[in-house]
Amino acid sequence: MTLAEGIRLTCLPSRKFKTGILSAQFITPLRRDTASLGALIPSVLRRGTTKSPGMGELARRLDTLYGARIDPAVRKIGERQCAGFVASFIDEAFTPGNEKLLEPVVDLISELLLDPATWHGRFQPAWFESEKANLMDAVRGMINDKREWAGYRLLSEMCRREPYGVPRLGDEKSVSRLGPVRTFRRYRDLLASGRMEWIYCGSAEPERVRDLLRSALIAMPRENMAALPSMARHRPRRQVREVTDHMDVTQGKLGMGFACAGDDVTAFKLFLNVREKLSLCYYASSIFHRQKRLMTVSSGIEFENYERTRDEILKQLKAVQDGKIEDWEFEAARSALLHAYASMGDAQSRLENFYLNQAVLDLNETPEELAENVKNITPERVQEAMSGVNLDTIYFLRDNENE
Amino acid sequence: MGMRMEYYKRLGETAHMSKLDNGLQIIVVPKPGYAKKYAFFATRYGGMDTRFELDGKWLDTPAGIAHYLEHKTFDTEDGNALQTLALNGADPNAFTSNDMTGYYFDSTEKFEENLDILLKFVSIPYYTPESVEKERGIIAQEIRMTEDEPDWQIYMRMLRAMYAKHTARVAIAGTVESIQDITADVLNQCHKAFYTPSNMILTVVGDVDPARIEETASRILPKSGGPEIARDYGDETDEIPEHETRIDMEVSSPQFLAGFKCPPAPRGEARLRQSLIGELAGDILLGDSSPLYQKLYEAGLINGSFGGDYDLMPGLACFYAGGESRDSRAVTDEILKEAARLGGGAIDPDFFERIRRANYGAWIRSLNSFENIAVSLTEGYFNGYNPFRFPDIFESVTLEDIAAFLRENIVEDPLSPFPFRDGGTKTEKSPERESVESWKVPPERGDLGGYLF
Repeated sequence: MTLAEGIRLTCLPSRKFKTGILSAQFITPLRRDTASLGALIPSVLRRGTTKSPGMGELARRLDTLYGARIDPAVRKIGERQCAGFVASFIDEAFTPGNEKLLEPVVDLISELLLDPATWHGRFQPAWFESEKANLMDAVRGMINDKREWAGYRLLSEMCRREPYGVPRLGDEKSVSRLGPVRTFRRYRDLLASGRMEWIYCGSAEPERVRDLLRSALIAMPRENMAALPSMARHRPRRQVREVTDHMDVTQGKLGMGFACAGDDVTAFKLFLNVREKLSLCYYASSIFHRQKRLMTVSSGIEFENYERTRDEILKQLKAVQDGKIEDWEFEAARSALLHAYASMGDAQSRLENFYLNQAVLDLNETPEELAENVKNITPERVQEAMSGVNLDTIYFLRDNENE
Repeated sequence: MGMRMEYYKRLGETAHMSKLDNGLQIIVVPKPGYAKKYAFFATRYGGMDTRFELDGKWLDTPAGIAHYLEHKTFDTEDGNALQTLALNGADPNAFTSNDMTGYYFDSTEKFEENLDILLKFVSIPYYTPESVEKERGIIAQEIRMTEDEPDWQIYMRMLRAMYAKHTARVAIAGTVESIQDITADVLNQCHKAFYTPSNMILTVVGDVDPARIEETASRILPKSGGPEIARDYGDETDEIPEHETRIDMEVSSPQFLAGFKCPPAPRGEARLRQSLIGELAGDILLGDSSPLYQKLYEAGLINGSFGGDYDLMPGLACFYAGGESRDSRAVTDEILKEAARLGGGAIDPDFFERIRRANYGAWIRSLNSFENIAVSLTEGYFNGYNPFRFPDIFESVTLEDIAAFLRENIVEDPLSPFPFRDGGTKTEKSPERESVESWKVPPERGDLGGYLF
């Protein structure tokens, strides 16, 4: 459904949950020079509105709405940054006096988006500064979780000339450059011409949600929508790129990135499930980056097991390329994937995230259709899809000692 | 036998309850429209049940034995039940808390087959001296890991400082030393005493036929249950062994907990009411939207990690609050002052109403999670109340209940005859070197924080 130019609403009617969920986000191209800007805006907006100028005032309103929550959210989907709010509140069927909650939540979320408490035509300086400091803490804090850090480093090396290599919140350099005037201008631009996706899941009729949002957003000064640049697939390297970082760590992290030719998305996903367990590693996990047709495998290992683990992972890939897939592992992988799709509709937050992904990537399949694909897959299809998979980049995080 | 069905209009939930002849309690909560089905099979036996009477003799078992038993329970004649369930697309796991051990899985396909497997592997012990030996190193690793977790360490230290005798002093997983004495024989004795249908409850949440669940359980589990097992948690007195204690650990900034020893709650619905009062009192005293929180936050004495909780276990109750702070003494003083002010009649009725609403919403919200439903029904069964009755209990709680709770519990050393400065007990942790660990706000209701997996 279209709410206004460049503003869409996806409604997922359901009566089975105790809560309703409403999310609003701006979809922008992921770029090194704007990622931090986009990440900062929701947090600053969440500090106060003209009507409720402060966290205390906002908390009071949310408490009164039976503990409704409105949290800032920043996500990276393909080469897009999605930044905004996710609201969650109990379903009206369960308020003691049958009070309506959707209306006041829409009021509050649109106030946060459209009517921030400002100071001389910009964000309140104290709020801007403290949220900028929080963002810097979050960006610097990425290094605390070595597993996450290694995943980020692998992607940034593999996609160094592509937007996909830009981290979700931007980097230290771009955070340090954030200024109040530019941030406020960016915010005004988003209101005027940023593409927006709204997602609602709950018991209200879609028409009620649409009408409420249409009237709430009527004050938005929509101008010319800028078209989003198209997302490019990863350009495979001819030679494998190898990068090693040294840090004060006790466990090594090995990340391997693969480029996938071909379009059999289901087959790629199934492969990941088949071959996740490796006894050489403390952990091994893998992600298929659908929009980029990339596969990353990451694991925690002893430093001296670097070559052995790398060779083992490549050997397993080769085995599947040669058609060596055991029946039981194929079945276990298939039932794990089917379980994931079948139970998706049981969790509101997963539904919201799934449909946001679909909306951002202009995809239309439902979880049921994806499950159908999994049912129809054969070991031969996995083998064929995997034949077009090639190692692209290896990242290794190890200790400071020299060999 | 015979099933009783109750509909809870204000929650939109139904529960089918029955008791088998062998004493097993079954609760089924149907969830039409959901693909996922969830089963939770629990025994009233946890980390603090180390001393109990079996066949006329009192046994003292090693600390950590319930958790050890949880690990070994997955062993079956054919190998390991975890793998069998995973092959069926189920996602199985287990946890041990102070007073229960629970085994669970969820699945969308082959639910009944998986339920069969769950009931079998939990009720039929299968461990050999060799397999028990093999597990020792794995569990020792797990214990070592918790030794590096500041939030868990500070909480456990607080309990040990506050309680002289109660077995809640014992860490759920025990220590690397205490688990050395665990043998297949002792595990068998504990299994015999506690893994008997009359000490257990099966909860199923999902779109299932309640009668079939009852049939399956009757078919697989033993025909008769065991005797009621007497337990000894230690004769706790009002005495507080240590008023202040300190742990040196690698944390980025000092953290503290101020604990307040409260009178234990009775069994039955009064217990549910007591826990709601404690929860609300905590939010009114020092929750995110309380005046005290705002004041301390603005003064830079606390940060977002600050929070409090009210814990009930068999034979004990305590309230505690804390987080990162550069001046734990000042924060503790402010908590005491504010509790005295509020307890003396200064609670704003509007604020009370808002907090009551927010908490009510959180309880409703928690019903989205099958796991929360099953765990809270199990806790309720073991403690003699029905958590689905919470809307009525919420309505019965008055502002005066909260004031009385604060007056009676959040005071300087309420239980010992000698007044002292710091209120209850305080645990403090100081930074030794730089670190990446940070203190987490105590787990929200229904979270499984504080449990060992």
